[in-house]
Amino acid sequence: MASFNQFGNDLHTGKLSYNIVGRRKVWYLVAGIMILIAILGPVLRGGFTFGIEFTGGSEFVLSEISTQDQGPAADAVTEVVPSAVPKISAVGSDGIRVQTDQLTDTESREVRASLASAYNVDPAQVTSSFIGPSWGQDITASAIRALLTFLVLAGVVMALYFRTWKMAVAAMVALLHDLVITAGFYGITGFEITPAAVIGFLTILGYSLYDTVVVFDKIRENTSLDGPESRRTFADSVNLAVNQTLVRSINTSIVAVLPVASILVIGAFVLGAGTLRDISLALLIGMLVGTYSTIFIAAPLYAQMREGEPEIRKRDKKALALKAKAAGTAVTGTDAARADVSA
Amino acid sequence: MAKSSPTKKAWRSLSWLGVIIIGLIALNGVGVLTGGGSWTPKLALDLEGGTQITLAPKLESGQTVSSEQLNQAVSIIRQRIDSSGVSEAEINTQGGQNIVVSIPGTPDDATLNRIESSAKLEFRPVLIASAPSADSVGTDDSTATPTPGATDDAAAEATPEATESAPAATPSVAPTDASDLNNITPALQAEFDSFQCSDIDTSNVAPADQPLITCETDGSVKYILGPVEVSGENISDATNGQVTTQSGATTGEWAVNIVFDSTGTKAFADVTTRLSGLEGAQNQFAIVLDGSVISAPRTLAVITDGKPQITGSFDQDTSKALADQLKFGALPISFTVQSQDTISATLGSTQLQSGLIAGLIGLILVVLYSLVQYRLLGLVTVASLVVAGVVTYFLITLLSWREGYRLSLAGVAGLIVAIGITADSFIVYFERVRDELRDGRGLVSGVEAGWRRAIRTILASDTVNFLAAAVLFILAVGNVRGFALTLGLTTLVDLLVVALFTHPVLQLLARTKFFGDGHKFSGLDPRALGAVYRGRAQFQPSAEVASRKASSASKEAVKRQTIAERKAAELIGSGSSTSTDGKDS
Repeated sequence: MASFNQFGNDLHTGKLSYNIVGRRKVWYLVAGIMILIAILGPVLRGGFTFGIEFTGGSEFVLSEISTQDQGPAADAVTEVVPSAVPKISAVGSDGIRVQTDQLTDTESREVRASLASAYNVDPAQVTSSFIGPSWGQDITASAIRALLTFLVLAGVVMALYFRTWKMAVAAMVALLHDLVITAGFYGITGFEITPAAVIGFLTILGYSLYDTVVVFDKIRENTSLDGPESRRTFADSVNLAVNQTLVRSINTSIVAVLPVASILVIGAFVLGAGTLRDISLALLIGMLVGTYSTIFIAAPLYAQMREGEPEIRKRDKKALALKAKAAGTAVTGTDAARADVSA
Repeated sequence: MAKSSPTKKAWRSLSWLGVIIIGLIALNGVGVLTGGGSWTPKLALDLEGGTQITLAPKLESGQTVSSEQLNQAVSIIRQRIDSSGVSEAEINTQGGQNIVVSIPGTPDDATLNRIESSAKLEFRPVLIASAPSADSVGTDDSTATPTPGATDDAAAEATPEATESAPAATPSVAPTDASDLNNITPALQAEFDSFQCSDIDTSNVAPADQPLITCETDGSVKYILGPVEVSGENISDATNGQVTTQSGATTGEWAVNIVFDSTGTKAFADVTTRLSGLEGAQNQFAIVLDGSVISAPRTLAVITDGKPQITGSFDQDTSKALADQLKFGALPISFTVQSQDTISATLGSTQLQSGLIAGLIGLILVVLYSLVQYRLLGLVTVASLVVAGVVTYFLITLLSWREGYRLSLAGVAGLIVAIGITADSFIVYFERVRDELRDGRGLVSGVEAGWRRAIRTILASDTVNFLAAAVLFILAVGNVRGFALTLGLTTLVDLLVVALFTHPVLQLLARTKFFGDGHKFSGLDPRALGAVYRGRAQFQPSAEVASRKASSASKEAVKRQTIAERKAAELIGSGSSTSTDGKDS
């Protein structure tokens, strides 16, 4: 891994530098397109698919059956409605409860008959009814209220810690970007939105802000170190900070994504649909997007917001002049000059 | 070699961590020995199954339930269950009529009562109070004590007096207020005379503008009560606590303290003003819960602050339950338990098993990656993750004993995800130390300097995470609270481990020959990090840094340099004889 070490060294000294902040228009365009897709995709597909926890559904209860094996019930339901993901549990000592998405009357009759024959009982022993959502409006309402409160508080905390509200705003924009794209992914692929997926979203929310704070802290450090005679413009300093934390960003996302990816692979390919798949998909997408947006959205946006400030504009002008002078007079120090120019 | 202070501090931190872990294990052991505790966390509905309780509304013939009422009831029941712990219950309506509550484990009577009782609270004036007729329970002198509010005018016995006030022959005279005896019609009187206290059930609630015949909950007194003066809807908050005397000493008696909203406060002030001027039973004020009188104190003073206190035969648990019920409001309809069945786990054991296997595979990948990236330093990451895992495990087991926390599959996934966030703290820290090495510092001082910078970042980012957890836990309901608890817990553990384990271990390792000399496999080899070897534990900054700083020093007048640049220039200018700080070994 010597080459990776070298990569880290060069990023640290500025020998190697990706001009991320400077190409912000490209990233904004990419973000714009992604967000557009994330919004249009689900609309074209006909909206999100919500799980029965949100919509309610149909419930069948079989009583006085001889076996509580869940396999036949699952087969009986998917025979009639292939797309259904039934939730099956044993009730008491001789009953089974099967919950599915809302079925039409015909489907419901067929499922009832199919269940009865699967367990060799009279159709009269299978009761069917509609069930309401277990994740009701009240949970959603309280969760949204909590979210908004959190965002406001987090914004205030960040603004106080970084001593500038512009960092808080940039972080929030990046967060919004992450949430829209993650949600859009669900809409486009048609994965069901279940409580597990919602919890995944909430985790992303924390992770995205967390990641942004880590990188912003380095930006704060770098920009506050710049004296009045620094040859780095404000944007240069921000860019250097992003580059210097790049190794950390890569390492952290790999370490964070590895367990999630292994849950997703096992959850989706070995078990099929279920809680594990729902939550790990949201997390995988969200973590990748969260790391991406910190580097490519939050940092450039912050630099752009600050560049307009008169004080910083004045300093940038001076830095550019110094840089030009250094580049012009440098005959021997080409190496050093290059390090600064590319930063 | 005298122990330098960072070494001493490192050992002290590690001992503290040891104390914390032993303390957690011991606390858990106490839990197991005294019953209730366990060495494994309790599992939630989706992994372990539990009990499904079907609640049917108590309806009189012809009465129907609207879906709005049902949803309202679901929401109130959810708040009541949430207030008793983080159990991740599932509550939904069934067939537009019933409510199905699924909770992990087997509920006891108290839990059932907490869920099903309507908790409709009414304040009605007493019109007539009398000893109950023949077959009722013996009067053991009412437990009701008169304590509306902060008045604290000690005990005026609420002993019932059989008031023989003559009921009006006809209802011809319209009653002027709720205390007016004209409320009592001959029909009502007849009904009262034949009323048996054993007839009461919780649906025994007359319309708010009508008088009500009822009894004390223990059947000791029979009442005719006037129309409702103040109802539970006007309660803005309710808490439970022990009754205190004026001097602040507790009497050991449990009470429910109510805070009315502005409407309730005004109505309550009005009614106490009126009642305090009346005599006999009419001076009494009945507090009716679900159709029975829980207490009927005398009105000794006008209460204008809207903060009455209800006493009765409460203990700590029942007063807490009633306070919760009052706070979240009465159910719009009464329910009765129709059936109660055990249900199996909805997800089955395969999901938990696969989740754990997936987590294990993920963890092994993380270990491999850390070792490749950070060489032996990766082992510190792994050890830190193991310590974090142990602390988290025991915290969760403790919470599941004390707070009724139950681990759902989503919770397990959340914990696995926490691996990443916890490992990030180590990565941030290690990268900072490497940065210091690149700038030419010695390992020992590099560790200290890197730590000072890293801990700031870690604290700031963990604060954001912890804030998310705290806000979601306080404001959200249902499954979201369980998630918030997991998030908050892992954030705190992250901080604990990085400060009390990772940093001290690195401090100690920095003093070993293997790491201090920057062995190739230590992960902290200054040569590989671009610093130039200058003798034992002394390194020069990497060529780029040096040349850049040297050139800047030559180009600019010294007085125009920043402090940092000047310092760096001085360092280089003073030549290779100066060690950069790696003197202790």
